[in-house]
Amino acid sequence: MTPPKHTIPLFSSTAGQWLKIISMPRGVLHAQFVRVGIGEGEKVRCLERLPGGTIIIQKNRQQIAIGHQLARKIIVLVLGDGEK
Amino acid sequence: MTMSDDTPMKNVNHVEKHRHADLSFLEKRIGKPTIVLAGNPNVGKSILFNELSGMNVEVSNYPGTTVEIIKGHYGDYEVYDTPGIYGVSSFNDEEIVARDIILEADLVINVVDATHLERDLFLTQQLIDMGKKVVVLLNFMDEVKKHDIRIDIKKLSDFLGVEIQPVVAVKRTGFENLPDAIKRAHEGIQRDELHSLLHGMLKMVGSQAEALLVLEGDAVVSARHGVSPANERDEIYIERRNRVNYIVNQILNDTSTATRFSEKLGLWAVRPISGLLIFVLGMYLAYLFVGKFVAQDIVNFTEQELGKNLWEPWIRGRIISLLPESPWWNSILVGEFGVITMTTTYLLFLLLPLVIAFYLVLSLMEDSGYLPRLATMVDRLLSGLGLNGRAVIPLILGFGCVTSATITTRLLSSEREKTIATAILQFAIPCSAQLAVIAALLAGAGFAPMFVYTVVILAVLISIGTILNKVLKGESAPLLLDLPPMRLPRLRNVVRKTAIRTFHFMKEASGWFFVGALAVGIAQSTGALQFLERMLIPLTTHWLQLPPEAATAFIMGVVRRDFGAAGLYHMTLTPMQVTVALITITLFVPCIASLIVMMKERGLKEGLIIWIGTWVAAFAIGGLVSQIVI
Repeated sequence: MTPPKHTIPLFSSTAGQWLKIISMPRGVLHAQFVRVGIGEGEKVRCLERLPGGTIIIQKNRQQIAIGHQLARKIIVLVLGDGEK
Repeated sequence: MTMSDDTPMKNVNHVEKHRHADLSFLEKRIGKPTIVLAGNPNVGKSILFNELSGMNVEVSNYPGTTVEIIKGHYGDYEVYDTPGIYGVSSFNDEEIVARDIILEADLVINVVDATHLERDLFLTQQLIDMGKKVVVLLNFMDEVKKHDIRIDIKKLSDFLGVEIQPVVAVKRTGFENLPDAIKRAHEGIQRDELHSLLHGMLKMVGSQAEALLVLEGDAVVSARHGVSPANERDEIYIERRNRVNYIVNQILNDTSTATRFSEKLGLWAVRPISGLLIFVLGMYLAYLFVGKFVAQDIVNFTEQELGKNLWEPWIRGRIISLLPESPWWNSILVGEFGVITMTTTYLLFLLLPLVIAFYLVLSLMEDSGYLPRLATMVDRLLSGLGLNGRAVIPLILGFGCVTSATITTRLLSSEREKTIATAILQFAIPCSAQLAVIAALLAGAGFAPMFVYTVVILAVLISIGTILNKVLKGESAPLLLDLPPMRLPRLRNVVRKTAIRTFHFMKEASGWFFVGALAVGIAQSTGALQFLERMLIPLTTHWLQLPPEAATAFIMGVVRRDFGAAGLYHMTLTPMQVTVALITITLFVPCIASLIVMMKERGLKEGLIIWIGTWVAAFAIGGLVSQIVI
């Protein structure tokens, strides 16, 4: 079963979801994301959403914690089962 | 993937011998070529550094930072270790220091975590783009094998155009080929487009490494050459990322899906319930070690036996025999609170063991990968106070020594966060010197005093953060943290980190403890201290409803925080009077050394405002509680 595609802020994702990053803030933060391997178009998995909206995303073996304020500014597309 | 460059590109040698007269202290070195170790955090650089340079190392502090630079020797080379970084730029102190050392390198040994190639190769490619000679050490090859990850090292070497050496640093395997790899080291391969961009900039700045940083918008490097920083960072970074992703796709086959135990543990550490349990367990172990073993067993011995019984009488005898008889000098230098007697005992026999113990715990938390997870767990809570999760480091350290924690606020990203963290530390965090006395007094006073004390101090802590977060201009930096795998810490690294941190703290702060003691000694001899005490007595007896001697305890708290609390020991107080006295003394002025360090870190004006704030808050809140509960 493949749910319909929709974009949400990373803040609203739930653990286990596969996500494609659509847009993120520019500037220094963007550079820091790109360095550790996270950029627009990348597919990542939401590993954990802590109460309050701190998100941990995983890409391959890499895990990155993102504060809730930042997670609100990152827009992701929730991927269906076949698109991981 | 957007890469089109299937084949490795031709390599071009660049002129790399360009030097400037006014750069860093590294410039002062003469002649010797340098090897610089670079890599992401926790990739095993320190083990390699020890392997290369043996025990003969020099540690220095990079001017204006808490970042230490470690230098050793390997054959004809000078070897520098650098802080762990994800890229060469200037987003924080560590990066600035690493950048300047790497800029001066003749050869960079880039240590790479083979299980995190996608992340780590970004730095590798950046070093190559800088035109540096690079040797890549592929570490953690044992884990690669264990998890059935396949890496085509030959192909990776062809893509990057540099020497690659697989190693298992902890087992020291693969190091035997290092000398040859260093001899064969050469520059790597860049994208063609970047190459032509670099050539344009090279004419203006001279070295390829600096040309790249100017193109990537590094303001400091640009200013050194009097050119304005270019605006190409986003594009260069994205292209580099694409290239790295492409390479990794070509050379890596990682099909293992099994979740490792360390990954599970890592998740438990951040989840609210299991995370809290792990935190409480960890803090309990830390308390047994720091609070019981070091603060009581060890410090009782060092402070009493070594300090009070051996050192103080001995030095007092020496000084009195040397100086002409004068009650003035004697009391300031070798009296009960003398600069030479008390301060030395305090620093060496009380503070030093405690600071070592605290840094040991901190290094263990850091090297195991727990600290970033703790920061993640508390990020949401701290964001309400205008801080992000990283501030957990100075706040924890504050329970050891507020002075050292105040210095550590440097690792926070913005001035506003530094101010908030410093204010919280100075107001509401009791340091270990005080904590033992506070715990003992509260334990004797019963549950209600303990409850009132905890609630009031916590309320003050939260209020300060919340108010400052509202009042101060700007925005705090959000959390963006790479969570390294949980690993068993290496004892040698932990010990080395602890030693370096302790040394720097003692070097940076001890002087101020002497200055503080001298100031207090003079205030005492001139009667200023007694005057202050008399001023405080009406406030103490009427408003706080405490015996007049409590004023003495408060004033002694300025000399040494624990004196204040300890002074309360000998008074006959009701349980609620104990509560009021302890609340007042916790909020009241930090010790004089931490005051001076705070003024140095945060500036005279801000330091004074916080200092006066602690006076006002201590008596206002202490009195308020007193009026309610007594």
